[in-house]
Formats: sequence, structure tokens, C-alpha cells
Amino acid sequence: MTDDKPMNSPYLLQMKEIYKSFGPVTVSAGVTLEVKPGEIHALLGENGAGKSVLMSILCGILKPDSGSIHYKGAPLNIGSPREAIRHGIGMVHQHFMLVPNLTVAENYVLGQGTPLRLINDMKAVHQRITALSDRYGLDVRPDAVIEDLSVGEQQRVEILKVLFHGTDLLILDEPTAVLTPQETDRLLDLMRDLVADGKTVIFISHKLDEVMRVSDQISVMRDFKVVHTTAVTDTNPRELARLMVGRDVLMELPRGSANPGQVVLSVDGLSCRNDLGLPALKGVSFSVKAGEIVGIAGVSGNGQTELSLAISGLLPIDAGKVSLEGKDITGLSPAEINQLSFAHVPEDRHKMGVLLPFTLAENAILHRYNQSPFAKKGLLQRGVTASFARDLIKRFRVKTPDEEEFLANLSGGNQQKLVVARELARDPNFILVSQLTRGIDIGAIEFILQEMLKQRDAGRAILLISTELEELFTVCDRILVMFHGEILGEVPADRSRLEEVGLMMAGQRSAPAAAMEPALT
Amino acid sequence: MLDFITIGFLATLVGAAWRLATPLIFTSIGEVISERAGVLNIGLEGTMLMGAFCGFAATFASGSILLGLGSGIVAGMAFGLIFAFFTITVKANQIVVGAAINLLGMGLTAFLFRTYYVSTGRGVDIAPPIAIPYLSDIPFLGEALFRQNMIVYSTILVTLLAAVLLYRTSFGLTLRAVGDHPKAVDVAGRSVAAYRYGAVLIGTGLAGLGGAFLTLGHSNQFVEGITSGRGFIALAVVVFARWSPTGAFFVSLMFGLFYALQLQLQAQPMLNIPYQVFQALPYVMTVIALVMVGGKNASPRKLGIAYDGR
Ligand SMILES: Nc1ncnc2c1ncn2[C@@H]1O[C@H](COP(=O)(O)OP(=O)(O)OP(=O)(O)O)[C@@H](O)[C@H]1O
Ligand SMILES: [Mg+2]
Repeated sequence: MTDDKPMNSPYLLQMKEIYKSFGPVTVSAGVTLEVKPGEIHALLGENGAGKSVLMSILCGILKPDSGSIHYKGAPLNIGSPREAIRHGIGMVHQHFMLVPNLTVAENYVLGQGTPLRLINDMKAVHQRITALSDRYGLDVRPDAVIEDLSVGEQQRVEILKVLFHGTDLLILDEPTAVLTPQETDRLLDLMRDLVADGKTVIFISHKLDEVMRVSDQISVMRDFKVVHTTAVTDTNPRELARLMVGRDVLMELPRGSANPGQVVLSVDGLSCRNDLGLPALKGVSFSVKAGEIVGIAGVSGNGQTELSLAISGLLPIDAGKVSLEGKDITGLSPAEINQLSFAHVPEDRHKMGVLLPFTLAENAILHRYNQSPFAKKGLLQRGVTASFARDLIKRFRVKTPDEEEFLANLSGGNQQKLVVARELARDPNFILVSQLTRGIDIGAIEFILQEMLKQRDAGRAILLISTELEELFTVCDRILVMFHGEILGEVPADRSRLEEVGLMMAGQRSAPAAAMEPALT
Repeated sequence: MLDFITIGFLATLVGAAWRLATPLIFTSIGEVISERAGVLNIGLEGTMLMGAFCGFAATFASGSILLGLGSGIVAGMAFGLIFAFFTITVKANQIVVGAAINLLGMGLTAFLFRTYYVSTGRGVDIAPPIAIPYLSDIPFLGEALFRQNMIVYSTILVTLLAAVLLYRTSFGLTLRAVGDHPKAVDVAGRSVAAYRYGAVLIGTGLAGLGGAFLTLGHSNQFVEGITSGRGFIALAVVVFARWSPTGAFFVSLMFGLFYALQLQLQAQPMLNIPYQVFQALPYVMTVIALVMVGGKNASPRKLGIAYDGR
């Protein structure tokens, strides 16, 4: 083991000529990635470029067909997660690796320790978690049960888990995808702190501004290979985007002003409780008109999840009214709402958007499998379905071998593209979208946001719930800010109001500018 | 007409309930452990039969009840190994393999019994009752509850051990995770397959013990189909107990009570009801229990689903 030890290699990690394929599908085509100790190394690439696969190989979860990994100057035993963990390689996965019915603390100690020893030091574990959580400002409660946490909270739990395991090399696979700008800022600071503590970070993100702000080195993947590695000081977002996508990407979308028509969705005094029976929405009222995009901003966990569930009939409503195109839809079942001109891109695609063990084609007709033309006389029309799915794949550039691929085998961003494609294909008058661009690459974001604007201009009403201010300000016409289950205020989507939205997200009620002035002077 | 319900009647009923619940307690707790790891083993009936037969055969040959119980456990585990190989390693459908195990258990025990034992007509000495000092002197209740054999008493120990294993050890934590989110366990560097094998072996070992009790602690003979559906009732117990070992203990006791009631009521000549009605009682209750529990689902998320991580 020591004979081919490169004595004074400047690298902490060297992955060389990694090849991997699933049957006929190549997913790593000779990747070489080198990371120096103490740096933040960003890994960029389009959806499906092979970033997650490469990191899974590094963590021993996937076994490559060939190639070598050197870590701390010695070859790493490939294909063993225990070995990777033992060497201090830890990964925050793009799709959570948290057991839903266990507590945070139980998830952290999972797989550790001697199997048959009694667990009686959970108190100490709780204390360590609380201490770490306080230190990094992550707000994680050790006794919370995972399934009660929002997506954003779970992401924080995942990040803290890796820190809890005392990792030297942290791999963060799109950790900021569901975080708010403030949380993201804190995470980026945290990454800096960790590097100052002597750790090394590999950071995957589709958000170039974050990457530019925090990383030292950047590697770009394209078509299952690392095509370019550069110091952050030697590059710029435009160049990075071009390297990833292979063409120039628009950073700012051109759009005309909105032309709102009749009210399509109206929500009146809506109140409901969350899974734990606590009030989640407290008399929320607003409306969305045809031909406008209304954004809901807010830190995750302030009632946005419940709002989208209540509107789509998935959460019982305590008080208030929801109507769609003048029809009262309060208390209708999801199946009944599904029959209306209503499309829904849910926040957690795995829970509500797709069926992972089903094929892409089957997922494409998930809401309409029993309707013509996808079913005739109770029989599924495979041919129609396949050509419909192929059309979606082509229009939304979903990266997949064909429409018969299982959804589970698609990269995260490509799963999301399929959901969006499917929902827009229903030609709905009202579109409810949560975390629209979660995990989508910049080329695809540009495309999907353009698609949303097209829908708006075609007279659709769109409600866009997002923790992503950038996305909200890019496409919305008005932005409502939610805080603790209430709408604190409304702001036109004008970038000069960004700060105001940020303050409201933190709970500061907006005061009309005129009323504020005398008080200030 | 109901004057046969005396204190004596009730005390006997309670004592009999515990005794009749014993095979269910072992088997359902075993199945709780197996299902918590995501493996649904419907082959319990066949596994119990194997335990009942092998336990009987070993005690018949050696005269030792402990050896019989041990053989019952080993026989159950042998069936468990077959089940685990096909469902975990080969990743065949758990229901299909479970059904095959049942057929195998029924056929094999019937064949072996007819070949070697049916003509002997002899039984074994069953485990003797042990009176617990002081407690057994309590009028009626002591008589009924504390003059059982050691196998019946051991159900309490098994229940406690199972609860500690599942909720207080790292093994149990990982096991529960395996049934809910196997990938997370894989990523944490533990083998999902190894934990599932472990859970199935514990489960089938206990089912074997449950079967062996029938021939060594209850009746003194092996009879074809001696389990009479207890393996299936154990599956219902698990659901009703919401996958908890202590729950399984108490739900089994409830079923034991139905068995006991059925036996005692049959013996009441003044009740002019066909005895088949009482015989059906435990099974009817099983169906009712399953319907009642049906709505709310606490089952492990990956129950019955093979894991193909790599
Ligand atoms: N188990 C699998 N079987 C078959 N194909 C797979 C499997 N896992 C991943 N792939 C394929 O490998 C390719 C790379 O996927 P990967 O998840 O690494 O992409 P990514 O770069 O992380 O993309 P994203 O930004 O969308 O997360 C994809 O085309 C995907 O469909
Ligand atoms: Mg990925």
C-alpha cells in the first residue's frame, strides 16, 4: 500500500481516469479531479453531467469500472463507504439520506458504534449536536423527528450530520438548493470557517454567484468528464456558463410588463394547521390574476409548504376559502382539483411529483393515465404515451437514454425538468409552483423561466413559491412575503426592493415608505 | 344461563390465555423484528411447523426439552436462511418465497412425521409447570398465572430483550433504518443485506421456538398442521401491534384470550351454540383487527421491497 505513495504530492485527493457505466449508459468517461488540501473546490456542470455519480464513487457508494483514487497520498480502497467515512470523507447528498421516522440524533449515530452495545449516551450526543448547531448557527434540534421537518430544515440537518461525523473532506452536493439567501450566506461563511479549521470542501452548485464568492478552484464537468479546472480568480461567470452549457447563457431575462386580467385564484382568510397540529397559516388572503406571476417569498418553514398543500387539496382547511376561476374549491379532494385547470409543481418532487420506480413515460402521464388519449376503454395507450413523453423530453431537454428509463436513474435536475414539462403540458389556467428551479442548471433555469414568462403572456395565472429571491425577482410581477404563517406585505418585483423583502422575511413588517419618513427624521 | 362464569372460570381463562398466546408471542415478536428491517415473511406457518416437528423429534430421541427447544430454533433458522437467500440475495418476491416456505413446511413435516413417528403413537413429556413461590399462592390468580412452564414465563424475557434490542442498541437503530430508508444505511457504511439476514434469522428462530412450544409445552405430540393458522395470525398481530414488540406481546395475549374463551365455551353444554362458532372466533377477530388498523399506516416504508443498492 505504501510503495506507490507519491511522497510529496500537493494534492489531498486525486481521482484519476474514472470510468463508470450502467449497462450501455456511460456516466463517467475518464474523469480526473484533483483537489488540494484546505481549498474550496467547486464542481460545476449541467444536469446529468455526472457530478453526483463522481462524488458517490468517491464516497464508496458506487464502484467505478476502472480508475484510481488517491487520498492523503495513499490509494483509497474503492467501493467501501465505511472506508471513506473512516478516512474522514463525508457527503451531504443531493437527495436526503435521512431516515424519516428517526430523530436527528438517531440519524447521526446510525451505523456508528458496536452493533450490540446499548445506546445510553444519547444525552451526550444531543449536547454535541446542540453545541455544533449553535456554533454554526444551523438551528437543528437533536430530538426532532425527520419526517416532521421541512425540506430546508432537513438540508440543515444533513449538513450538520457531516460535521458531526468529524469529516476532513466535505462534499456538499447542491446544499444551497433549498436554502434562503440568509441561510446560504451563513453556509458559505461556514464553509470558510471549516477551511480555516483545516478542512477541505468540494462544493457542487448550479448558482454561479455562490461559486464565484466562495470557491478557490473550480472544475467544470461536461459530458461525464472534467473539461476545465481553473482558479476562481482566472475566470468569470460568463465563461463558466459557456463551459458548462456550451453556449452563451442569458443572465437576465428580457420581459414585457404584465397585463393582468381577471382573478383566477383567490385565497380568502385561509387558516390551517401543520402535521403537528400547530397553526401554520393564519388567515392568509391574496389573489392571482390571469397573466401575472405572483411570488411568495419567505424563509422555509413559515407556512409556504402548508399553503401549497392547502390550495391543492392535500391539507384540511380550518377556515377560509379558496376559489379557482370563481368556483369554490375549498375542501375538494386532490382528485377533484386534478380535474380542474390546475397544475402543480410540488416542492418535494420525490414525495409528490414523481414515482421513482416508474419509467419516464409512465411518470409523464401520472395525472392523466385514465384519460384519453392515454387510455382508451381502460387500456393504456403505450404508443401515444411514448410519443408524448418523447416530445416532453425533447422540448425540455431532459437528459435520458430514452423514455423507458426509470425515473430513479435520472439526475436530480432532469427529474425536475420532467415534472415541469408534464405540468405545463396540461395547459392549465392556474399553475402552482414550489421551488421551481431547485437543482436545475443555469441553462435549464433560463429555459424554464422563459417558459414561465411565456405561460404568463399566454394569460395563465401563476403562483410561484420560492425561497430563491433571484428567481422571484427575475420572473414575478408582485412578491408577497410570508412570515410565521402570515403575509407580511406585498412588494412589486423590482430589484431595488430586494432589501425590503429580505427584512420582511426576517419578520420586519413593511411600513409604507411615506409613513416611515417622518419617524426617521 | 351465564352462571358458569365464576371466579374459577375467569382465573382458568386468564391462565390459559397466556399459555395459548405463547407461540403467538414468540412468532409475532420475531416477525416484528423481520418487518422492521423491511422483510415481510409470510412463511411463518411453515416455519413454525418445522420448529414444532424438529423440536418434537429431538426431544423424542433425547428426552431433553432444552435440546428440543434448541432444535426448534435451529430448524426455524434453517428455513429462515432459505427464505433470506431467495428474498435478499436473489431478490425474489417475498410473498412468493414466503408462500413456498409454507408449502414446504407443511409437506416436509407431514412426510417426515408419517414416515417416522405416526406409528409409534407415543408422545414426549412436556415441560413441567413451575410454581413461582409466594405468587402462586395468591388465590385463583396465583393458581392461574404462576403455575406455568418455563417456556411460558420466558415470553416476558423475550419481549423485554426484543424491545431493548430494537430501541436501545445500535443494531436495533440500524435495523429500523433498514426497513425505512435502506439507502441511508448503505451510505452510512453498513450492509443492508447483512442486517436483513440478521433480522430474518432472529425472526424465524423465534417462529421455530413458537412452533416447538406447541409440541413441547402445550400438547405432547406432533400432529400434521398442529399450528392451525397461528403463523398467519402472527402476521395480523404484528400489524395490530403497530410493529412494536411490547405491542405484539399484549395483542398476542388478547388473541390467547380468544383461544381460551373458545375452548372454555365449547365445554359449556348449556350454551346451545355450535362449537364451530367459537372456533372461528380468533380468525374473525384477526379480520376485524386488520380492518380496524387498516386506515392508519405505521408500517416500515420499504416493507416487502428488495434493496438493490449495488
Ligand atoms: N443508477 C443509475 N442507473 C442508470 N443511470 C444512472 C444512474 N445513476 C445516474 N445515472 C445517470 O448518470 C448521469 C449522471 O447523473 P448525475 O446524477 O451524476 O448528474 P449530476 O451531474 O449530478 O446532475 P444534477 O445537477 O442534475 O444533479 C445521468 O445521465 C443519469 O441519468
Ligand atoms: Mg446531482
